Amino acid sequence: MPLDASDFGAIWLTLKLASLTTLLLLLLGTPVAWWLARTRSWWRGPVGALVALPLVLPPTVIGFYLLLALGPHGFIGKTTEALGLGTVVFSFSGLVIGSVIYSMPFVVQPLQNAFAAIGDRPLEVAATLRASPRDTFFSVVLPLARPGFVTASILGFAHTVGEFGVVLMIGGNIPDKTRVVSVQIFDHVEAMEYAQAHWLAGAMLVFSFLVLLALYGSRRGKSAWGAT
Amino acid sequence: MRSHTPRLALAGLFTLLAFNPAWADEVQVAVAANFTAPIQAIAKDFEKDTGHSLVAAFGATGQFYAQIKNGAPFEVFLAADDTTPARLESEGATVKGSRFTYAVGTLALWSATPGYVDDKGEVLKANRFQHLSIANPKAAPYGLAATQVLDKLKLTEATRGKIVEGQNITQAFQFVSTGNAELGFVALSQIYQDGKLSGGSAWIVPAELHDPIRQDAVILEKGKDNPAARALVDYLKGPKAAAVIKSYGYQL
Amino acid sequence: MNAQIHARLKVARGDFTLDVDLDLPGQGVTALFGASGSGKTTCLRCLAGLERAADARIEVAGTVWQDSARGIFVPPHQRPIGYVFQEASLFSHLTVRDNLAFGYKRIDPALRRIHFEQACELLGIGHLLQRKATTLSGGERQRVGIARALLTSPSLLLMDEPLAALDAPRKREILPYLERLRDELRIPLIYVSHAQEEVARLADHLVLLEQGTVLASGPLNQTLARLDLPLARDEDAAVVLEGRTGAYDEVYQLLDVHLPDSALKLRIPHAPLAHGSALRIRIQARDISLSLAEDPRSSIINRLPVTLRALSDQGSPAQMLVSLDADGHPLLARVTRYSCDQLGLQPGQKLWAQIKGVALLGQ
Repeated sequence: MPLDASDFGAIWLTLKLASLTTLLLLLLGTPVAWWLARTRSWWRGPVGALVALPLVLPPTVIGFYLLLALGPHGFIGKTTEALGLGTVVFSFSGLVIGSVIYSMPFVVQPLQNAFAAIGDRPLEVAATLRASPRDTFFSVVLPLARPGFVTASILGFAHTVGEFGVVLMIGGNIPDKTRVVSVQIFDHVEAMEYAQAHWLAGAMLVFSFLVLLALYGSRRGKSAWGAT
Repeated sequence: MRSHTPRLALAGLFTLLAFNPAWADEVQVAVAANFTAPIQAIAKDFEKDTGHSLVAAFGATGQFYAQIKNGAPFEVFLAADDTTPARLESEGATVKGSRFTYAVGTLALWSATPGYVDDKGEVLKANRFQHLSIANPKAAPYGLAATQVLDKLKLTEATRGKIVEGQNITQAFQFVSTGNAELGFVALSQIYQDGKLSGGSAWIVPAELHDPIRQDAVILEKGKDNPAARALVDYLKGPKAAAVIKSYGYQL
Repeated sequence: MNAQIHARLKVARGDFTLDVDLDLPGQGVTALFGASGSGKTTCLRCLAGLERAADARIEVAGTVWQDSARGIFVPPHQRPIGYVFQEASLFSHLTVRDNLAFGYKRIDPALRRIHFEQACELLGIGHLLQRKATTLSGGERQRVGIARALLTSPSLLLMDEPLAALDAPRKREILPYLERLRDELRIPLIYVSHAQEEVARLADHLVLLEQGTVLASGPLNQTLARLDLPLARDEDAAVVLEGRTGAYDEVYQLLDVHLPDSALKLRIPHAPLAHGSALRIRIQARDISLSLAEDPRSSIINRLPVTLRALSDQGSPAQMLVSLDADGHPLLARVTRYSCDQLGLQPGQKLWAQIKGVALLGQ
């Protein structure tokens, strides 16, 4: 196998990035998805559209705006510098921020669908059984939405692994910090190192297929999400 | 009004045909990203002077190589280096003898902040920056040249943790222009217009600090019977094109 | 009347408005009866706090649950209610046992008045505890739903058409459990229904709703016998009487049923029942005929002396509905207008009611 240390570094970095991003997205995305699934506010449309934007925008657009916003002249970059944190462009934290934004819809939308599918009734039942709204969320909503959480985690993880444009724009291709597998493959192709490119690209292909197989395989016969 | 429309359209069509010489052909050109601005200026003159038309695609040299090898319809290739056209030539994908150097790139150390880079490059040795942007040395000749400069100046170790790579020279430029990197090695053509610096501060790196960045052009297999391909190559070698190329900071 | 539940509700939603002011007994079964769209479910949901009426005051057993004037709204999970939905709505991610325990474990052990085994026994679900909620039949699900509500030891039980989603055999399966509930637990129950049969069997108090307003509210038998209500216009118009079993005639297989506070009794062909047990009987208006004198030569064995209270033509040219008093118990009779005129019927008149059929409810 022609893979070298930098390839394995890229794989390890990619897995680290995808895991951390997925974890953060579940923490951030759950309240957002819950709100989107339940609210009747006028803001539901605009917020939903904003969350879905990465679905249609080229990743390079997101990357470009992140480069501007996170940079020393951008409003986020100015804030982080004022706080003594420096800027996060060209760092692992920067990639995490970019990935969270980029993969947001892939986590929020399955969760939102799962929450919406639960409907009002189980929540009302729980309330008449003395469960407070918070109690209901943990004892009823989360277990009932479990298939949605599985889907959201898989999609969030896989989509982050496949991320390229955003990383390219704000990463700076630093080994072990921002050089993820997709960029490494691009590098190999650019440098005409086709053997290494093949190995990495093939591994990615197999990985993605297995992920989707797991996803569609687990979906079979799982339509009853709500209460019976 | 309505009855006039078809007649007007017809008249327009005749006018177009009349000004378009019967021998006019179209040439498909793959152009290295760093040569985007000069080729656009050259194309205008070329079309006016020869009557041929030029359709350009801009991108990374490595990618063009892969595309050309897989049947892309390019007829002339203006690469960002000299190795890729040579490789295509040795693989028989070009018209023999058509390869020539159309421009020699000039490397510049540049900052978007005026006064940040001195005209001797001392700022590199002072080493007070956080990020130094270069193009990917594996893929981009300007990136390779940048690493050679750092080697020559014995700064490779000192700058190791500070280097950020753009996938190509355009991105290396972007990192600096957005302020995310304080300075970086870019192509002079990117920051040079009409013979002067368009903004920020720069040190034009002496040519002896790195191998020459030769940008070679070649007529590809697909263009061997297209007179417009030959005409473009000839035009690039002519004085009018040379003046444009120089004005963008390239040498010949 | 022991009016322990007070609810004044105003709800306006699209073209539906609800405007009711109810004083309900704090014991027994109160039926909210009406066609769909009459607002009975909305009333119930407001009582539970699942819906928040804009303008409302709800007070139960001296505790204010909602008072919009003072900005008081006790959220549903803090109201001591048990709620049974039309579909059992069991949690599909839990077993039957965990469904039952859901509310039970959220009740302070010191405040539990109904215990796990007791609820299982009462609803006959002890054998289902290990099952997944999704594997139960419709009737089993609803019994678990009822037990689950009981296990919060509620001070008020609310049921929203708990039988409406079930077929006739399932309904017959569950009704006895509801009767046991009523007879064995001292929990006031508000029961929403549009089925006369269920109301006749279960209710002590009847609230009649129509298009968001209260048409009538009163004890079941009195309300059923009122000629001014649409109930009496129904083809199946009937009264419900409480009785107590008496002697049994082994030879003719006839059971005596005594009406309370009265010397009157009815004799009903039936299997023997324990002496002195309480039961409900239903007598339909079309099963009663009238005569001016007792006719011992008639084949009809149940003949009661009655006083005519009122007459109504109910908008029909051929039929008259007659309200009768049988020693303090209301009865309804449907007779032809022709007979009315022939007999010269008028209020205050003493008559004999001949009862052709009596249904023992729940036997």
